[in-house]
Amino acid sequence: MNYWRAVAAILWKDVRAELRTKDIFSSMFVFAVLAVVVFNFAFELRVPDMRMVAPGIIWVAVSFAGTLGLNRAFVIEQDRGSLAGLLLAPVDRSAIYFGKMLGNLLFMLVVEAVLLPLVMLFFNLSLLTWQHLVVLLLGTVGFATVGTVFSAMAVNTRAREVLLPILLFPVLVPVLVAGVKMTGGLLDGQSLAEMGNWLRLVVIYDVGFALVAYLTFDYVVEE
Amino acid sequence: MIRSDLRLTILTVLAGAGMVVAILFALVWAPDAVGLTRPETYAQRIIYFHVPSAWLSMLAFGVTTVAGISYLVRGQRRWDSLALSSAELGIVFTLAATASGSVWAKPAWNVWWTWDPRLTTYTIVILLYLSYFMLRSAIEDPGRRARFASVYGIFAFLSVPITFFSIRWWRTIHPVLFDAKNFGLSAGMRPAFFFSLAAFTLLYVVLLLHRLRLEMAREEVEALREQLGL
Repeated sequence: MNYWRAVAAILWKDVRAELRTKDIFSSMFVFAVLAVVVFNFAFELRVPDMRMVAPGIIWVAVSFAGTLGLNRAFVIEQDRGSLAGLLLAPVDRSAIYFGKMLGNLLFMLVVEAVLLPLVMLFFNLSLLTWQHLVVLLLGTVGFATVGTVFSAMAVNTRAREVLLPILLFPVLVPVLVAGVKMTGGLLDGQSLAEMGNWLRLVVIYDVGFALVAYLTFDYVVEE
Repeated sequence: MIRSDLRLTILTVLAGAGMVVAILFALVWAPDAVGLTRPETYAQRIIYFHVPSAWLSMLAFGVTTVAGISYLVRGQRRWDSLALSSAELGIVFTLAATASGSVWAKPAWNVWWTWDPRLTTYTIVILLYLSYFMLRSAIEDPGRRARFASVYGIFAFLSVPITFFSIRWWRTIHPVLFDAKNFGLSAGMRPAFFFSLAAFTLLYVVLLLHRLRLEMAREEVEALREQLGL
């Protein structure tokens, strides 16, 4: 089978499974909204204008919700023993990685697409410009790239889900810093061109770690 | 390798003697820094411990990464033992660098801690490698533990420079902080500095060899136990 057809097949399998239960999407979305609301309580009385902390709130809500979704991605495969089936398929193991990664990415993007209008409403912001979406997309790609590898590792440990955020967040720091910086910059009226260094940093992160993931995923699922 | 050998004993004695001389250099023989207040002048002497510790923490984590890659390529368990041993020493030297830096920061910056890029990056490095150990301890199967730890080690080490740059740009409002240390070394300080650097590096190598020996002995005991069915 053609490599990219295998990737698409795995992605399609995850999408179909998700469309039937909507487990992952609903828990991610509700959790993201909860995070935004909790932050609202946490900051409101101390911060003169909630819009000042909105970039941080968006990125933390997305990260927390993303962690939740990533956890499910391999737990589901593991519980039903379907990962073993996937591994038996006569395709390169990295195709499994990219299929799962694109699935995680897609789920996160859908959650963001619903969350963003809510955040705009709550904090009276304008976030639906292509610059904002590019920034969010690039950050989310980095998140899913690294997160998918770690999620495959975490389900195979004694601690399972508990371990994923601990593994993920320290490695994710550059994406979070760059994401918050760029979203904040755009809200302050800067253009993306002015923040070229941040943009480059996230692109390097995404491409670099996608390459590392491609090279190392074999060792993560090898049994 | 497992049995204590003469070369390791000699190296250990040399490393110990080197550290004694390094302390004498740092505290007695090195000249005072000029143009600083009295507390700063004393605190400045941490440079002979601080910089070598910082350098070794990075070297140690670098060795962990390379050993991890070697494990993935070759599949021999001793590479994983090396990665583990070096990562442990890396944590020790990271904490030593952070603690000594704090001692200097108090008189120089008037705070024990500040969110300067290097300090922040170091905090994240400590967290990265604590996660590395948590990952290891959550896996029982040695083969899987070694594979996962190697993969995580690669991700962790590669993220360090990106993190450093991101935090550096994030905190551009405080350029003074990372220029403050840039007073250079006078000619009189250089012997002390480079001697310390060499002595600490030797200390790292010796500790690594000892730790590696311990790890291999532990594995041998484990294997023997399994043979005996204990």
